[in-house]
Amino acid sequence: MTTPLTTPATASAEPPPAGLMTPQPARLMAVEKETHDTFTLVLEPPRGPEGEAASRFHPGQFSMLYDFGVGELPISISGDPERPERLVYTIRSVGPVTTSLVTRSPGDSIGVRGPFGTPWPMTEARGKSVLIVAGGIGLAPLRPAIYHILRHRGDYNRLMILYGARSPRDILFKRELNAWNLLPDTQSLITVDYGGVSWRGHVGVVTTLFKSIRTQPTETYALLCGPEIMMRYAMRELLTRGLPKNQIFLSMERNMKCAAGFCGHCQLGPFFVCKDGPVFSCAAIEPWMDLYEA
Amino acid sequence: MNMAQIQSALAGHSFLADLPESDIERLAVLAFDVHFQPEQIIFREGDPSSFFYLILSGHIALEVLAPGRVLRIQTIGEGEELGWSSLLASVNKQFQARCLEPVEALAFDGAQIVAQCEGDTAFGFRLLRKVIATVADRLRATRFQLLDVYARRSGGGQ
Repeated sequence: MTTPLTTPATASAEPPPAGLMTPQPARLMAVEKETHDTFTLVLEPPRGPEGEAASRFHPGQFSMLYDFGVGELPISISGDPERPERLVYTIRSVGPVTTSLVTRSPGDSIGVRGPFGTPWPMTEARGKSVLIVAGGIGLAPLRPAIYHILRHRGDYNRLMILYGARSPRDILFKRELNAWNLLPDTQSLITVDYGGVSWRGHVGVVTTLFKSIRTQPTETYALLCGPEIMMRYAMRELLTRGLPKNQIFLSMERNMKCAAGFCGHCQLGPFFVCKDGPVFSCAAIEPWMDLYEA
Repeated sequence: MNMAQIQSALAGHSFLADLPESDIERLAVLAFDVHFQPEQIIFREGDPSSFFYLILSGHIALEVLAPGRVLRIQTIGEGEELGWSSLLASVNKQFQARCLEPVEALAFDGAQIVAQCEGDTAFGFRLLRKVIATVADRLRATRFQLLDVYARRSGGGQ
């Protein structure tokens, strides 16, 4: 497993290997509706050299999905890392490529490159409690980390999942969130920014859930994913509560194109988010969090 | 609740964390325990601000009434306070507070707390710092909420 960077990276001097840049066709097995605008695509991985359909990945990594004739996008893998026979992506339909992807039918072919990028620090977090802070579609890249912890429960202390969504109808993986809350040593709390009278749960931004959990800051790893503004607020709150910077990790989403650190579109300070990230420690990325992306 | 139980509940309440024992004793004399049922309205928008509550258990929703609908803008629960406007003169309630589940709280007459603060400004300063920290937290959360960070946006050709 690669360790997320804490020191600046250098640009690639050589073009990426041709194989990295060529989408491999993968068969769409299922499209599952998660919310009114978010769908999960289950793909059969591209065949390997010996005809096997398996794609190993680490929690936090992403693929480039190519909807032939429409366009290519970086999408985080949202499935179980120990089920490599299924490549799972959860996509919010917000533009032409994502809308086209989620309207594909089982049997269709989708181009896949990857997996790419740095993973969540699952090895480093062993023996510690893990605090997951997710907002909106940001829960999707964190779900593989949750699956990993649940499969290796003895390796970790408490698991706390704080999830914020815009409204009750936008809650992603609601059934799983509720089921995780029933597991021993696991707490899963949901909040929405705007709730109607039929919503009986928390209302308020995700950082308001911090007061509902008990953490020993030095014994906790925090994994954050969501809109950058949300992560900034959450990161500041966690630092105030005493979590060390090298135990807070964020998944950044910038304008990734080549996924190999070659084109430079996703440069953030000294980093290429696609190659040096998307998962960064707070210690590494904090100075660059306020940079405006045009 | 007897006086000892009230004092113990106040000493363990997050809102009052780090206050000296003498402040807890002073507040305990003013406190009385209250219970609310699910769906019970504790106060309505526009009501005079009279009571200040420290919540011991349960959840309360703060709501704004709009034509034809009720907007639920925040929930608060154990370890939090409700009704800080009762510590300000001439401010009526800005929201409606509705219990989402059985709620137990310690209630204080806001005017009595203000009188104590005026009589002992050091105590008043310590208590109002707690109130200001809460108001600042809520303001920060409200600003964050107004950013609507999860709104549907298309970027980068997605």
